[in-house]
Amino acid sequence: MFKIILNRILIAIPVLLIVITVTFFFIRMAPGGPFDTEKVLPPEITKNLNKYYNLDKPVFLQYTDYLKNLTHGDFGPSFRHSNRTVSEMIFTGLPITFELGVYAILIAICIGIFAGLLAALSPNSMQDYIPMSFAMTGICMPSFLLGPVLVLIFGIWFDLLPVSGWNTLPGDKILPSITLGATYAAYVARLTRGGMLEVMYQDFIRTARAKGLPEAMVVMRHALRGGLLPVVSFLGPAIAGLLAGSFVVETIFQVPGLGRFYIKAAFDRDYTMILGTTIFYSALIIFFNLFSDILTSWLDPRLREH
Amino acid sequence: MQKADRFCSIHKLPVFFILILSLIFASCGGESKNNVTEGIKDQILHMGNGTEPQGLDPHVVTGVQEFNIIVALLEGLVAEDPKTLEPIPGAAESWTVSDDLKTYVFKMRKGAKWSNGDPVTAQDFVYSWKRLISPGLAAEYAYQLFYLKNAEKYYKGEIEDFNEVGVKAVDDSTLEVELNYPVPFFLSLLSHHSLFPVHRATIEKFGDIDSRVSKWTLPGNFVGNGPFVLKTWELNKIITVEKNPLYWNADIVRLNGIHFYPTDNEQTEERMFRSGQLHLTSTVPIDKIEVYNEKSPELIRTYPYLGTYYYMFNTLRKPFDDPKVRRALAMSIDRRQIVERITKGGQMPAYAFTPPNTMGYTPEAAIPFDIEGAKKLLAEAGYPEGKGLPECELLYNTLDAHRKIAVAIQQMWKNSVNVNITLVNQDWKVFLDSQRTQNFLISRASWIGDYPDPNTFLDMWVTDGGNNHTGWSNKEYDSLIAKAAQTIGQKKRYEYFQRAEKILTEEVPILPIYTYTKISLIRPEVKGWYPNVLDHHPYQYVYLEK
Repeated sequence: MFKIILNRILIAIPVLLIVITVTFFFIRMAPGGPFDTEKVLPPEITKNLNKYYNLDKPVFLQYTDYLKNLTHGDFGPSFRHSNRTVSEMIFTGLPITFELGVYAILIAICIGIFAGLLAALSPNSMQDYIPMSFAMTGICMPSFLLGPVLVLIFGIWFDLLPVSGWNTLPGDKILPSITLGATYAAYVARLTRGGMLEVMYQDFIRTARAKGLPEAMVVMRHALRGGLLPVVSFLGPAIAGLLAGSFVVETIFQVPGLGRFYIKAAFDRDYTMILGTTIFYSALIIFFNLFSDILTSWLDPRLREH
Repeated sequence: MQKADRFCSIHKLPVFFILILSLIFASCGGESKNNVTEGIKDQILHMGNGTEPQGLDPHVVTGVQEFNIIVALLEGLVAEDPKTLEPIPGAAESWTVSDDLKTYVFKMRKGAKWSNGDPVTAQDFVYSWKRLISPGLAAEYAYQLFYLKNAEKYYKGEIEDFNEVGVKAVDDSTLEVELNYPVPFFLSLLSHHSLFPVHRATIEKFGDIDSRVSKWTLPGNFVGNGPFVLKTWELNKIITVEKNPLYWNADIVRLNGIHFYPTDNEQTEERMFRSGQLHLTSTVPIDKIEVYNEKSPELIRTYPYLGTYYYMFNTLRKPFDDPKVRRALAMSIDRRQIVERITKGGQMPAYAFTPPNTMGYTPEAAIPFDIEGAKKLLAEAGYPEGKGLPECELLYNTLDAHRKIAVAIQQMWKNSVNVNITLVNQDWKVFLDSQRTQNFLISRASWIGDYPDPNTFLDMWVTDGGNNHTGWSNKEYDSLIAKAAQTIGQKKRYEYFQRAEKILTEEVPILPIYTYTKISLIRPEVKGWYPNVLDHHPYQYVYLEK
């Protein structure tokens, strides 16, 4: 087990290095630089700007300089936001994106597992069809549609919840969390249903029933552990996806999270910020995949032996 | 059996999950507060302000949203009349101009203070302007000072001694400025944020004179001389400013504070407005303009804005090296339909480049809307009925509004003069790169005036001008613009501009489409927010009243 983890961590290093290298050169290959604006600058001003940000050096030298700074944990200053460093911006946005992600994933787990269980316990009945149709709708409905619809209903028609913001008005965290969580809840529901259905017909369940255990006990104690396996292996990448993919919800609801910085940086050609966030997200994804692998092997003894 | 009973009914689970969910949000519950009504009570203006500002250093930033905040925190030598934009005394109490319009002497305001209590002196301006043209700072707007004697040389490193540059503090309260040649709009330039003063001790506390990356603009560090002081700044969330009691004219400031929200999504901004979180938006989504105009016209405000939406031709490449082809295309589009059916925001069709009534200047020359004449021109150019004309590409940056206009114009050219074009869109930075490298045949473009004077529109088309991506060059045009720059009387100057504009409409390196309007949603309680062509609204005069 320990060996597996160590192995995975060692593989992560070259993976990160490749990500850095590819991103570094690709963003510089994209047409348009960080200081291109509609009003063209006199050439001497452009020259000074490039000098200030080391863009006048050969690209390879810029690359080695960047790696050198990176080993000290220095992501450099943002090209666009002159009074902030990239690390500062990542750590302002991250807690917010993280909080939003936690709420969303809790919603996804609670609603998803519950709906999946309901459906799996009496398959092909109304108790199955109703939650599963909701789940299907949830999967199909993109957050840029669900968000504004929720805002319209709860924010504007009924005037119950704020339409935007984060931690400014009471209740402003509810709509973004639900919007972000909904799609994942739908996936979790379908995965739970599938997993549970498979497990419910296995021999050990029959044994449990034969022992005379009440149905609820059979489900909670015996079936759930096996039935949730697909959900757990889905959750690792899902959490990473939630963190990296929350920018749509952040934009719709004016949530000052990391996702908005990331997208904005790409459009602005804010080289250091793009690199910083990309490296950060890559590390996050690697970590969560590892985490879900460990969790899966803990839940499933068969995997542990290999 | 008793133990099993606890799990007895799986159908009780909903209660359990609802409990968890309500726990999650327990901290968030409560009545929703309304910024609009609270704001009116407390005199706090809540406004949408486009994207998150780059920063608040007046010498480093370039955008409109940054200006909107900086103008609350700092004040230049002259301020702007909120209605007419005429220069009025700001940090300078008064000024005199020499007869040749090349020397300005400013008397600093007695008793004017920085927000930390230091007096605002002439030396502050000398230091600030030195900072702006320090090559190390690489200020994008450094060229705003190139009108000053020797400023450009200093920037380029041709002279080392800043004392040779045309700005001097004669004493604490007298500032003398010497220009290279008369600049009729010089006073208007002074209310541009790049020429605002910065507090020397603060700058030097957090870095050198030429540190772009500096912490001096953060709340708690920022020292300003404007009507408000910086209170909080949360990235991508909010910037708040509160009234500065040390401002020289604090008596007339009625707002207690302003909250600026970075609202890069216009749909979200509109929803915030609708739900009472904003008094004022930075823009209005196109599809909502009609709805507001019909249902609540009192909430939407439209006024002319100093900017032109246009297409430019690459005059170095066939077939647009022929002015006849360019003019034919310019004559065959129906601009009125575009503004009435597509943009719908009260924009005015533009038949010349400079917007009408730019400081009393309205172009006399105009490109006619004349399809028959266009056909004739095309035939003269060797393409009768559009035959033989290669299919050309029209380039625009990816945005739905631009696409709609491009599609309409594509149709108009097809139907009226049988010219086929294809549409190509590119992401903003790629698009700018294509323009700069002249890698286009026809390209969308827009120009927003830097100061209220026709010169800001017309001087960009001189031969090899930095923003002239058309490759067009005309000696007579160049000499007219040069002459206008040397001319003192407004009447004579405007005559030169009229002649230049006529050449522009005949040669058509660019195809003007419409004059911009500023459209925003605004609560009727916001008073003192006067329409003007630069969309500048000094907050000293703004207040909220039921």
